Amino acid sequence: MIYFDNSATTKPYKEVLDSFLKVSAGYFGNPSSLHGIGGQAEKLLGQARSQVARLMGVKAAEVIFTSGGTEGNNLALKGAALANRGRGKHIITTQIEHDSVANAARQLEELGFEVTYLPVNKEGFIDTAAVNAAIRDDTILVSVIHTNNEVGTIQPVGEIGQMLKDFPKVLFHVDYVQGAGKLPLDIYGSNIDLCTISGHKFHGLKGTGALFVRDGVKLLPLLSGGGQEGERRNGTENVAGMVAMAKALRMSSERWERNMGLINEIMGTIKSGLAEMPEIIIHTPAENSAPHILNFSVKGFKAEVFIHALEEKGIYVSTTSACSSRKSRPSKTLLAMGVPDGVAESAIRISLSEENTLAEAKAAAGAIRETVKQLGEVMK
Amino acid sequence: MMYDRILIRYGEISTKGRNRNKFIDKLRKSVRKTLEDFPQVQIESDRERMYVLLNGEDGRKVAERLKKVFGIQSFSLAVKVEKDLDKMKQAALELFRSLYSEGKTFKITAKRSDKTFELDTNEVNYEFGGHLLKNIPGLKVDVRNPDINLQIEIRKEAVYLSAENILGAAGLPVGSSGKAMLMLSGGIDSPVAGYLSMKRGLEVEGIHFASPPFTSERARQKVVDLSAKLAEVSGHFALHIVPFTEIQQAIHKQVPDNYTMTTTRRLMLQIADRLREKFGGLALITGESLGQVASQTLESMYAINEVTSTPILRPLIAMDKTEIMNIAGKIDTLDISNRPYEDCCTVFVPASPKTKPKLEKVKHFESFFDFEPLIEKAVQETERLLVKPGGADSGQEEEDLF
Repeated sequence: MIYFDNSATTKPYKEVLDSFLKVSAGYFGNPSSLHGIGGQAEKLLGQARSQVARLMGVKAAEVIFTSGGTEGNNLALKGAALANRGRGKHIITTQIEHDSVANAARQLEELGFEVTYLPVNKEGFIDTAAVNAAIRDDTILVSVIHTNNEVGTIQPVGEIGQMLKDFPKVLFHVDYVQGAGKLPLDIYGSNIDLCTISGHKFHGLKGTGALFVRDGVKLLPLLSGGGQEGERRNGTENVAGMVAMAKALRMSSERWERNMGLINEIMGTIKSGLAEMPEIIIHTPAENSAPHILNFSVKGFKAEVFIHALEEKGIYVSTTSACSSRKSRPSKTLLAMGVPDGVAESAIRISLSEENTLAEAKAAAGAIRETVKQLGEVMK
Repeated sequence: MMYDRILIRYGEISTKGRNRNKFIDKLRKSVRKTLEDFPQVQIESDRERMYVLLNGEDGRKVAERLKKVFGIQSFSLAVKVEKDLDKMKQAALELFRSLYSEGKTFKITAKRSDKTFELDTNEVNYEFGGHLLKNIPGLKVDVRNPDINLQIEIRKEAVYLSAENILGAAGLPVGSSGKAMLMLSGGIDSPVAGYLSMKRGLEVEGIHFASPPFTSERARQKVVDLSAKLAEVSGHFALHIVPFTEIQQAIHKQVPDNYTMTTTRRLMLQIADRLREKFGGLALITGESLGQVASQTLESMYAINEVTSTPILRPLIAMDKTEIMNIAGKIDTLDISNRPYEDCCTVFVPASPKTKPKLEKVKHFESFFDFEPLIEKAVQETERLLVKPGGADSGQEEEDLF
């Protein structure tokens, strides 16, 4: 099996599962309980928070545990918009956000907010000047994805954050789900107020995530309850999941740092294998893109057919993002980049983890070449 | 980034005459301790400078750690180059390019302690400024407010290039002023008092009084976590936990309510003083700030202090609460201190403690009971933990979870 769909989800590390089991069994207490069993659980939760904070380069009190990227993005957008609506009702985001940002923004529109969706250029990048130009007196929030989940472009969030320094009233949210544990992000240096990460994208478990909320930023909780997570995310904490996530983030960060050269080599091998084929159009730009995501179209082939053909050879890739791939609608990121419908419909995404190997890359490139040839005979 | 070393400028050490070597030695120890988990790093020092050779370790991360080490006035990420004009120019250009982005201005600051070098300071400025201007189109000089100040330091053994001075934590190296014991309650003030004492070179050990079941495991954990923060300064922090329940119960039986607070403090001080003696300290430190609470009025301090002639250092005595809280925020102890668990100072507070206790009265109340055996027992049963930075006495099993 060659698993190249790591942007959809990753396989949990064995060590991470071990921690999850051990904590679930041995530290089952409710962190809010006064007795010692609760105290132990609370202590572990605190350690998990400190570790996640340290790896993100922020303070422990600024980390809220969530159930994942979707919740983090929803809490960031709706929580910040609703808590700050007294200051304005305008929000700026982009046309290439993950659905959990895009649809949260739509929902806010229904609630009376105005949202500007900024376009990208044909390489898939947001222009900082365009963000600047879109800011109005009543703008309260800018939300930009760090690493795009469909094509892997890395947006200039540092530059946008610097520009936003001139607008102290505007909060800055970054969806860092695809970048966390892989690509560095200077949260304070980029003037970021809110930042979402998700555990299962870096070999943690589904149902775990965190939202960085800068000191002093107000959020309206989406879930009301017993006052957990500083009353911003109520509900009994998933202690085992958070310990597992803290471990996953540490391991993944260490391994990515160590294996960056190899990952680049693996991606280079795939790219050069594809570049020889005239049927293939690569959408992921060569510069300022994540080293682990490659999006390309095989002209004339429906993506779904191509994916199943590769699956028969034991290679797992995806169409667009996993969440939208069931809707069988072309990637909105590609459309925003100006890729024609027909080409976008045949887009394939390969996403690596640091556990992939050079041999897998060679095998996959060969398999893709073969599949293009085989299907070409049938479909043309 | 091409930096290969960090150049450290000493703080007040440089004024310490003949003791200088001792101070440099202490500083070297603290630097080594702080950088323990960077195994490749090497440390060299002479009378004027210390150099951390990175040997491939991440200079930015090392710099982050150094910011917290007392005894460092300032430091710079730097590159060592041979004293050869061509090589120097090439290195200067390479370093500059790694920092430069369009629109930034610069200046060159040359320092020449090696007076035999072929160019004088002005000539160096001119020569290197010219070299950069020639090679980077659109580059502009700004001698007043440059975005990049490229420093070229020509010393006897080599030339050092650096581009920014990072301010250190100043103060004196930890341990260069001797040892003292800090009364650590878990509140906002005491960790700040400990931190400021460390800044002046004291080696500090903490003393915490625990009264289970009146105080909880969480209250104890809070103090351990505070200790872990203080351990970041010195690499480790010793914490003594005194079992205090029996004594507190005895006090409540013997002493009228409005005097229990005064007697409690007197007994704590006596126990702390014995621990100080046992572990070789020369002073006690408290987080007292004049007039903040009933036990911190001048009358209270007079009545409490009477039990010992050991110097009691009160670094916060003249500070306002807001100033203290600011420092607590900076050293990251504020959030921990704000956790809402009762410690043994808060749990037994009488409804109206005396703000002006009389010494004769306290002594009179205490005279009906012999506290000595209880004091000795508490000292004997005191537990000593060695707390490391980044979280404390968790066992190996718990560590494996992360």
